[in-house]
Amino acid sequence: MKGKTFKISAIKNGTVIDHVSTDHIFKVMDILKLNESNDVVTMGTNLESKKMGKKGLIKIGGRYLTKQEADMIAIIATGANISIIKDYGVENKFRVEIPDIIENIVKCVNTNCVTNAYNVPTRFHVINRKTLKIRCHYCERMTDMSEIEMV
Amino acid sequence: MSFEKHDIISIRDLSKNEILHILDTAKKIEDNPDSRLLENKMMASLFFEPSTRTRLSFESAMRRLGGEVIGFADPDATSLKKGETLWDTVKMAENYSDIIVIRNPVEGSARLAAEAVDVPVINAGDGANQHPTQTLLDLYTILKEKGTLENLNVGFLGDLNYGRTVHSLVVALSHFNTNMFFISPKALKIPDSYLDELKQKGIQYHEEEDLFKVSRELDVLYVTRIQKERFPDPLEYRKYVGVYIIDRKLLDHIKPELRILHPLPRVDEIHPELDDTEHAVYFDQAKNGIPVRQAILALILGRIK
Ligand SMILES: [Zn+2]
Repeated sequence: MKGKTFKISAIKNGTVIDHVSTDHIFKVMDILKLNESNDVVTMGTNLESKKMGKKGLIKIGGRYLTKQEADMIAIIATGANISIIKDYGVENKFRVEIPDIIENIVKCVNTNCVTNAYNVPTRFHVINRKTLKIRCHYCERMTDMSEIEMV
Repeated sequence: MSFEKHDIISIRDLSKNEILHILDTAKKIEDNPDSRLLENKMMASLFFEPSTRTRLSFESAMRRLGGEVIGFADPDATSLKKGETLWDTVKMAENYSDIIVIRNPVEGSARLAAEAVDVPVINAGDGANQHPTQTLLDLYTILKEKGTLENLNVGFLGDLNYGRTVHSLVVALSHFNTNMFFISPKALKIPDSYLDELKQKGIQYHEEEDLFKVSRELDVLYVTRIQKERFPDPLEYRKYVGVYIIDRKLLDHIKPELRILHPLPRVDEIHPELDDTEHAVYFDQAKNGIPVRQAILALILGRIK
């Protein structure tokens, strides 16, 4: 049934984000602010994957994500792979890693936090990578990454 | 170690050695006060919510060392709804002072203020979050009374869920291999995030609902208020609050050296009949706020190294 496999066209230069769970694909788009960008973005969900069953994939034409930018998606898409494509070839490939500090991506759950009261950019320190615990830089409230909401 | 120009925002920012250096400096100042130590230094005292106790303690600490104070005690709350006001107020105060002391009910506001200005900032309470000078004076009191901070058995009694002073003291004492006893009703137990932290640091702790089951082991008992507002059902509140009032009955269940602390003001969780026992140190504790705050001011203002 080869003919039925959905293909996303190859890009000449840019970034491919692979092995994102289908549930998270729109959040990844949010974090990278791809909905606001002028880059050519192609996206697929429910693609077949040997590893994951179903997976999502994003290709961004003409833009090279830095390691730092890519790591920001690790807070929701832990297993994602990043490929930097130059002239149709893979120039560099890496797995995203949860960063030490998460800036202005997630909201603080504490309604009395200065970031919510005064519209200040948020900042969190990652306390435990395994249990995905983060602490607000301002109000010091601990949050499970599973409870987070995007800015 | 230099504290000059450092902010004091959270007890988490201080290492064990930094804490000990502050307490050591407090002792020196208390033993040998110098009424000209902070001459020509100006402290801005910005109290966005009233807290007479803390404000007077800071202002007295500054003035008794020859420093000067400007500020406000309780601005009209309606004019503070906008974020610019907090930001603008500290920026303005920066022009007139060498150090800013800030109290604001919004959590994280002191950290934000410290990021806004170049002069050092001391957090005098940001909502339910931090009140580091309170924690340091608690530690100073324990050190004075017990002669050490190491390896003590410390009990915490009352509202351990919302109690800011308890949370900060737990974090601070985890530097000193404290054996901790958390004594509270289940509804007011200490949040799991603190227990996880203790586990990670290898600190021993015990959770207990009945004070008398563990009171004989304690060197220090830290009592906090149980606030009525925390209970949706007033009957529930009355049930709990009765159990967590201590009085002379406690004296049959303790070591003779037990010391009882309380951040004050108390409501009725410690019966006044305990006040003149050697165990009660809560009034000294409040007094200890002066040398501790003087030490912090003198260190940050660079008048003591
Ligand atoms: Zn926060």
